[in-house]
Amino acid sequence: MKKNKIAIAVALCMAAVLTACGGAPKTETTKAAGAETTKAGTETTAAGAETTKAGAESSAAGGKLVMVTNAEFPPYEYHENNDIVGIDADIAKAIADKMGMELEIQDMAFDSLIPAVQSGKADFTAAGMTVNEDRKKNVDFTDTYAQAAQVIIVKEGSEIKAPADLDGKKIGVQTGTTGDIYAGDIKDANIQRFNKGMEAVMALTQGKVDAVVIDREPAKVFVKENTGLKILDEAFTEEEYAIALKKGNTELLNKMNAAIKELKDSGELQKIVDKYITAK
Amino acid sequence: MWEKLRDDFYQNFIVDDRWKYITDGLQNTLKITFFAVLIGILLGFLVAVIRSTYENTHKLKVLNWICGVYLTIIRGTPVVVQLMIMYFVIFSFHDPGQVFTAVVAFGINSGAYVAEIFRSGISSIEKGQFEAGRSLGFNYAQTMWFIIMPQAFKNVVPTLANEFIVLLKETSVAGYIGLQDLTKGGDIIKSRTYSAFMPLIAVAVIYLVMVMMFSQLVRALERRLQRSEH
Repeated sequence: MKKNKIAIAVALCMAAVLTACGGAPKTETTKAAGAETTKAGTETTAAGAETTKAGAESSAAGGKLVMVTNAEFPPYEYHENNDIVGIDADIAKAIADKMGMELEIQDMAFDSLIPAVQSGKADFTAAGMTVNEDRKKNVDFTDTYAQAAQVIIVKEGSEIKAPADLDGKKIGVQTGTTGDIYAGDIKDANIQRFNKGMEAVMALTQGKVDAVVIDREPAKVFVKENTGLKILDEAFTEEEYAIALKKGNTELLNKMNAAIKELKDSGELQKIVDKYITAK
Repeated sequence: MWEKLRDDFYQNFIVDDRWKYITDGLQNTLKITFFAVLIGILLGFLVAVIRSTYENTHKLKVLNWICGVYLTIIRGTPVVVQLMIMYFVIFSFHDPGQVFTAVVAFGINSGAYVAEIFRSGISSIEKGQFEAGRSLGFNYAQTMWFIIMPQAFKNVVPTLANEFIVLLKETSVAGYIGLQDLTKGGDIIKSRTYSAFMPLIAVAVIYLVMVMMFSQLVRALERRLQRSEH
């Protein structure tokens, strides 16, 4: 009896994973291929040669870059029409295009991202990930590509007016995010860790927590989608996002940094950010 | 090699008192499992009695129908979905605490499986036993309680124990409602140290030890119950 139930749950999960991963790469594949053909012939062969090298070194086979992310984090990454889209997804796509490689995006829990990169299951993770010292010990970060901040969401009319008011309050966070880590420094705080930012926000609307500490851009989306919530003007912390790679994979790191620099210089990166953030 | 393991151990459990995530989580896991088992046994027993009574006597038609609906819904949906419905939908306007929510959700879930286990136990007793009880002047309830149930219980002990082992391990999805159980405790450490090995193995070993201890207890109980056969 029990086995059946578990089998059904597993089957549903598999189906969800298959649709999530099956849909996204297809469109990306065509895009990446398209970009390659527009490039000069010599450049394409060079990229191809490099690709095989990178492929031998990392888990990527046949010029494919595997990216992992937690696609519950709008507008950086979220599901839309069976694709994973968002700022990180688009930037990763642009980087892969520059490198002449295909991009495959996989969705998983945020706290599994770095282990996935470390164990070589994925080549890199772009997940609105803030650079911090603990993480630097375990992965290499590219140059930063976005500014971010941890902000505090409260219910309108809440007695919490500034970060200092969080002492002794119930605080909802997403497990493993910088919001979670920094919330640990709050005095006497009762921290409730959810797997998804959305669930923490839902707990806030239902009065199960007093405040949610989360990244600013997703916070804006959450507040927009739920009436009666607001973001405090004073941010909890300021920080910067970067892509994380397996430690010691310098070749890929240098290539990605070069691609990021190109994207920054050409203004493409800003365009991607504007597409998601000003449009919202 | 050993040095690496020692460093890993130090980083994952000693720094910042991270072992507390595991012990706090373990407490919650045990609490949830213990109370869910109690609810499960109570509910399961009631449902099994209602269903068997209907099968034998065709009384309690409405109650039997309600039990049927309960079994269908609970066994037809994953426990993690039930847990989230309990937390985000049923208790959406009132917060009774996550542990309480989890106890209720897992208890109700377990009750459905325990009900079928008890019912199979009751039907495993031959009809002659029942008729013998009635012919000795016992009424229906007395026959059930003094003659059928003790024998049925003995028959279902292994399956029942299995159900509780499954329940203990199933509570590992409690993290979905922001509850810090044993698995979530390991996940939190993993999210701090970015190493998967130590926290996951530690969590697995703790579950394993708990299940092994429980199995020993059940074996002792089975031996004790067998004594009455001689």
